[in-house]
Amino acid sequence: MNQVFYFWPFVKLGLTDVWRHKTRSFLTMLGMVFGVGSVIAMLAVGEGASQQALESIKRLGSENIMVMSVKPTDEEGSNTGSQRGRLAVYGLLYDDEARIRETVPGVVLTVPARMTRRVARLNERQLEMRVVETVPEWFAVVQRPVLAGRTLAPNDLQMRANVCVLTEHGVRRLLAAEHMVGQRIRISSGVFEVIGIVKNETGGTVRAPDSEADAYIPLTTGTKLFGEANIRYSAGGMEGEKVELSQIIVRMAETAFVEPASKAIETVLARFHKKKDYRIDVPLTLLREAERTKRTYNIVLGAIAGISLLVGGIGIMNIMLASVTERTKEIGIRRAIGARRSRIVVQFLINTCVLSIGGGVVGLLVGVAIPLLITAFTGMPTVVRPYSLLLAFGISAGIGIVFGLYPAMRAASLDPIDALRHE
Amino acid sequence: MIVHTTERERPRADEVVRLDEVKRHYRVGDETVRALDGVSFSIRTGSYWAIMGPSGSGKSTMLNILGCLDRPSSGAYWLNGVNVAEMDDNELSDHRLRNLGFVFQSFNLIPQLTVSENIEVPMLYLGMPQIERRQKAERLAERVGISHRLRHLPSELSGGQRQRVAVARALANDPAVLLADEPTGNLDSATSVQIMALFQELYEQGKTVILVTHEPDIAEYAKAKIVLKDGVILSCEEGRL
Ligand SMILES: Nc1ncnc2c1ncn2[C@@H]1O[C@H](COP(=O)(O)OP(=O)(O)OP(=O)(O)O)[C@@H](O)[C@H]1O
Ligand SMILES: [Mg+2]
Repeated sequence: MNQVFYFWPFVKLGLTDVWRHKTRSFLTMLGMVFGVGSVIAMLAVGEGASQQALESIKRLGSENIMVMSVKPTDEEGSNTGSQRGRLAVYGLLYDDEARIRETVPGVVLTVPARMTRRVARLNERQLEMRVVETVPEWFAVVQRPVLAGRTLAPNDLQMRANVCVLTEHGVRRLLAAEHMVGQRIRISSGVFEVIGIVKNETGGTVRAPDSEADAYIPLTTGTKLFGEANIRYSAGGMEGEKVELSQIIVRMAETAFVEPASKAIETVLARFHKKKDYRIDVPLTLLREAERTKRTYNIVLGAIAGISLLVGGIGIMNIMLASVTERTKEIGIRRAIGARRSRIVVQFLINTCVLSIGGGVVGLLVGVAIPLLITAFTGMPTVVRPYSLLLAFGISAGIGIVFGLYPAMRAASLDPIDALRHE
Repeated sequence: MIVHTTERERPRADEVVRLDEVKRHYRVGDETVRALDGVSFSIRTGSYWAIMGPSGSGKSTMLNILGCLDRPSSGAYWLNGVNVAEMDDNELSDHRLRNLGFVFQSFNLIPQLTVSENIEVPMLYLGMPQIERRQKAERLAERVGISHRLRHLPSELSGGQRQRVAVARALANDPAVLLADEPTGNLDSATSVQIMALFQELYEQGKTVILVTHEPDIAEYAKAKIVLKDGVILSCEEGRL
């Protein structure tokens, strides 16, 4: 309490001093404003981006391994050479799924899926959707809240039922109606009953297994209606590809099995695939990579922000040195009255901190406003974490102390008589 | 006047300060300026001294040493029985804060502080709570006749008014010793008389007053007089003590 009494007059003095030299203080503070502002804004943008990435990876589950079909790179050259039409055959097979399930230790579940893009129609509306032909377990592995109706059931698979589950975005864009469940829609050549609607997770990233407008149908129904070849007719002729399975999600009993299992899967697949027409993604590894990337990003960002803060700090130091010279006489007077050197140091440190924290607080507002603007105009997610505000405040106070120390020491080391004589 | 000889080293109990062969030399290039060149004398509690002498004779140098703003180059300076050479910077600062009050020729008020805040500075360093500081500043301002200007800045005051503020500030820590370096140097004679009346009052209250001046009629207020010339004591009279 006594300390507060003691410091307050100096804080007040610092404030009036800042106010007296408004222009000078403003320009000095700008360095801190931009430094602190950029720290918060960059952290918020970085945090937003990485959180989005991390979330979509996490949604894949850390016990899961994603095996995907990839069009081999040398496919063009090895083809028949026919210009009118060609059918690219590659990718994962039902047999692969069985082999993985049976030979790789620790596998709990394998979920096969085939994905194609098809046009869905309802009355006169139409929408290109991603059609995911899969098994009921898909919904156990890729967890998403059910908004209405139900998801696929084993019976649907057995009966090769013409049923589909839609994502809410798909529903909204196709229909804009509430009573979607029970409706019949047409997908390519088939008519499907909508049995359920599931929630979309945050926007589709490259690695995410679902996209905006998805329709989930039983794998068996897909095979029955569409076959395994996906053929597109275009002006140049016919183009198509035959892929048995686009993807196999392998769920392991626990996270610890994931990495050895991914190696085992690699070995199994390599034995039966001449070409490398698959890819194995381990969300756990992706997660680690993303975290590493985030760390690197934070370091780069920290360095940039650090430099701007350093520049701001040097600006403050410069002004404080000028202020010490300007106030030499005052220092002499205070020393003659009986102020110890340490009290002069404290006075000037407080003065510097008023400048740097003042700049820091304005910078904090700027740093909070910029991410909001970015989100408003670009839709990019940003997250301002409370710790970044504390960090910014701490940094500005720290800068005040570090860069204020030298001018303050210089003020205190003045000889009282010389200082008094100064004009 | 007591001119000390070396065999009487320890000061007497009622001596506030005592100087023994105090020298203060400045080196300027290869030249040595002997601002004080062997000064010995002592001052008793409750006395009223005037230090006189021509310009450059070492008056301010002596006052600065007496006020613990400066240290002798050689010789001993005893302060309340303690040799100043043995005190560190903090101890000297604390001594100034608790026991001394300064009044300068050029007032030396802090320009960005109001009259009240200027008077409060010593109390601030003494750690007095704000309300007490405010009240005491008001009392002191009243005492020196400046209470109608408490919220003003020094730049809004006349020279005489500024010096009153300076006196009020010098009294803020209830000092035992008041040191004044040509306090009337920048004032007209009427104001000078008023300031000197204040000093007289303080002397009568038992404070030790040490006054540097080169005006004989100002020196008349003092009860004892010391005359310096070229850094040595020319004469010393303790007549009306
Ligand atoms: N910092 C310094 N460096 C060198 N010489 C100094 C310094 N301070 C004072 N002097 C010299 O010491 C001598 C005494 O100075 P001092 O200020 O004590 O004189 P004074 O008696 O107060 O004179 P005045 O009446 O003009 O104020 C002068 O010759 C001055 O030039
Ligand atoms: Mg002088």
